[in-house]
Amino acid sequence: MPLLPSYDPRINRIELPSQDIPYEEENLLQWQNYEVFTQQHRGEQHVHTGSVHAPNAEMALLLAKEQFGRREQCANIWVVKSRDIHATSYEDSDMFLHSFDKNYREGNGYKVKDTIESFKRDLFARLEKENRISPQTPTPTPEKTRVEKGQQVTVIHLPTLEGKPTRKVIIRN
Amino acid sequence: MQTEAIKDLLYRMADDKIILGHRNSEWVGIGPVLEEDIAFASMAQDEIGHAWSYFQLLEELGETDPDTNAFMRPAAEYRCCHLVEYPIGDYAFSLVRHYLFDMADKVRLKHLSDSSYKPLAELARKIAREEKYHQMHARVFLQQLGNSSEEANQKLQAALNEVYPIAFSIFEPTIHNETLANAGILPLEDSLMKEWRMEAENFLRSCRLHVPLAEDMIEHFGGRSGFHTLWLAPLLAEMTEVFAIDPQAKW
Repeated sequence: MPLLPSYDPRINRIELPSQDIPYEEENLLQWQNYEVFTQQHRGEQHVHTGSVHAPNAEMALLLAKEQFGRREQCANIWVVKSRDIHATSYEDSDMFLHSFDKNYREGNGYKVKDTIESFKRDLFARLEKENRISPQTPTPTPEKTRVEKGQQVTVIHLPTLEGKPTRKVIIRN
Repeated sequence: MQTEAIKDLLYRMADDKIILGHRNSEWVGIGPVLEEDIAFASMAQDEIGHAWSYFQLLEELGETDPDTNAFMRPAAEYRCCHLVEYPIGDYAFSLVRHYLFDMADKVRLKHLSDSSYKPLAELARKIAREEKYHQMHARVFLQQLGNSSEEANQKLQAALNEVYPIAFSIFEPTIHNETLANAGILPLEDSLMKEWRMEAENFLRSCRLHVPLAEDMIEHFGGRSGFHTLWLAPLLAEMTEVFAIDPQAKW
């Protein structure tokens, strides 16, 4: 898999000056592309928001502030030379595909959990609204996951409604 | 008496900002590079926003509403200094003016933040936050251009020779200065000017620029009492063109 030097198309298009030209002069003759990453709140991750053209990092930060830090909340900005970013090739993107028999590697468990949680939330909200559930009602028993006919299913027991037997719900993944 | 002095100060600051904001917005679409075009336009917009805030304070003191005040006065009633009236010139001219004006603004806002006139002190602290970027922008550009190629340095030097004497017009004294200083609202213009001059000259030298003598600074006074350069009237005509079509229109 070849590592591309940069995903900035200009880098591949222009004739870069050879190494013996002083760094500063190089920047005067041809400005660099900088990728801009902004952080909305301190502690959050920086997110790529665009790029600016600038002769050096100080100027890139200065220009990035007005281009990308002005429309939305911003706590911090990073700039990185586009040519310093190495990327995989889209021609190789099939390497990211998983075979069907490796789904145990995927984050599917989280999906089930989300489904169950949202189901529980909706159900409780509805019951609460209809005032048919007492505060003493036990919470659902922990869900169990088992494989049924080659398919992963999750079983949960829902709280008893007044005068009715426990309801068992099976969620098929 | 004191209210008149505060009004005079607010008019001076509001008019400086709305005129310079309008001037700098003339770079929209023709800035040296796209990013700088946007940054410069954005700062021009900030200045107009600051002017609006000052006009609002004036309205609270019994003057007319901000729109009418900004767009419906004849040139002789404007209190802006000559510096902000000059055409944009080349980019070096606009950059040097931007630095000298915003540096003066920084000095003024610093003192206004501790002003005994509370509404203005509060506003000054808010505006100073936005001006921080303007300062940074002006300093980085001057420092990098001044210390780069001979051509860039010479262009800046030529602009500085032209702009520097005019910049003293920001600090043109008015009859209200003493009232303001005695009331603890703002120190005398002369002392603001000395503070500005010291900081600006040190900085300009660090950009490999020679600071001109500015002997003819007084020639550029007059704006604070309504005597303007020939550049103001055409600017006002353009700025108020749309508003004047129908001053009653709701936007």
